[in-house]
Amino acid sequence: MEYRTRSGNGKIISMKKREIVREIEDGINDATERADIEPLSDSEVEHLLDILLQKDKVITVKAGDEVILTRDGGTLKYTGCTRYSGVPLSREQAVWVGERILSLDTMELGHIDYSIKPVKPIAHDESSVLENILLSSIIPIFYGAMPNLGLYFTSQGGQFPDYSALMNKGKFKESQEALYEAAQKLIEDIKYVSKVFSKSGTDGINLDTAAAAGDAEFFATLNAVEFISREIKIPVQIGMASEQVLGLHCELKYKGELLAGAYPHIQGKLAERAGATIFGPAINTKVSKSFPWNLARALTFVKRCIKDLKIPIHVNMGMGVGGIPMSDVAPMDSVSRGAKAMIEIARVDGI
Amino acid sequence: MTYRVCSGMGGIRTSGDLVARVQLSKKVKLKKAKEYVAKKLGVAVEVLSDEFGMKKIREELDIGSPLATTYKSKGIIAKKNIAEILDLPIPSVERSFISS
Repeated sequence: MEYRTRSGNGKIISMKKREIVREIEDGINDATERADIEPLSDSEVEHLLDILLQKDKVITVKAGDEVILTRDGGTLKYTGCTRYSGVPLSREQAVWVGERILSLDTMELGHIDYSIKPVKPIAHDESSVLENILLSSIIPIFYGAMPNLGLYFTSQGGQFPDYSALMNKGKFKESQEALYEAAQKLIEDIKYVSKVFSKSGTDGINLDTAAAAGDAEFFATLNAVEFISREIKIPVQIGMASEQVLGLHCELKYKGELLAGAYPHIQGKLAERAGATIFGPAINTKVSKSFPWNLARALTFVKRCIKDLKIPIHVNMGMGVGGIPMSDVAPMDSVSRGAKAMIEIARVDGI
Repeated sequence: MTYRVCSGMGGIRTSGDLVARVQLSKKVKLKKAKEYVAKKLGVAVEVLSDEFGMKKIREELDIGSPLATTYKSKGIIAKKNIAEILDLPIPSVERSFISS
């Protein structure tokens, strides 16, 4: 008998039960070998198999097991163009749609470029919109932006020498210096915008896609989070960019821990020590593998985060992360199975 | 949207906004956040994601609903009531009512 499932790019494929079991085992093994973490138990594998073999298109969790939903992108998903819906709404209206029609638990305001650097010069304009939203909405509202260290280098219009060009020339020390200096500027900018949005009454800051530019970006994010948590005293969520922090600088540490190469449970522990309120692990989907392989692998990583961290875990489960296929119109069957598995097996606190 | 239907708490249709506020304010896991809200509302945890049960509670406590009912609190006024009931600081409420 063949079962309908999907490949990592979202295409429908058929697999026999024994093939799905093998994919689950291979996905778990990939995670355990990479991050030196424990596998899912036999009963968890059986539960995952049961979820994957269900015939219904959309499945759900037991009543009472629902979790909190937080966003990345927030209003951008409604009003932005290209990958987004492009609906001609103000961002205030977008929040109302999210709150009163879609019944989201939280919502987020963000700038169209969704990065700290371009937000800084317009922070007070953004604050004005934020204040309107906070007056007229009920659900918690984050201000969200990516640290996006890449924008600080000359190749992207920034002020610091391009670290990758320096590496190509064999100037490794200079490359490290450029990354470190850019990280210091990013810390300063995150502190500035967080202070501005705090004064307007934001319910929290969401630093999304953290460490997209590797260990130097994660270094900046953690140091900025420490400041936000201790000095500004507002909640801060860290959503990661990938399952492993890329080593671009390679020698940066936070509280004695080397950042390059950190897997989700280490990333989360560092986020917790920095004072983060919510941690969002991001496990990359491999498009050449199946949905069962990717979901089993993601569950293995996330389950270890849940075990190690005391703060709430809101796993990233958008396009191409958390086992979800790499399709900007995510298939509902995969999304609902992924959510059920993350809630019932990994026991996440939110998505 | 799929997450909302399959796994979300339901925002102001139920108590998702309240549980989220507890997670943010107290950095607690979901189970503890739900227990905290249930205790403050005086209901069983199971009621928190029940639209019928929570509609009545939200109306009685005047903490906002997805329906645009006249004479009922909306926006910052509803949040002021939420801050009092949950005994949690809400930054925009403090900015609007306490610091001014």
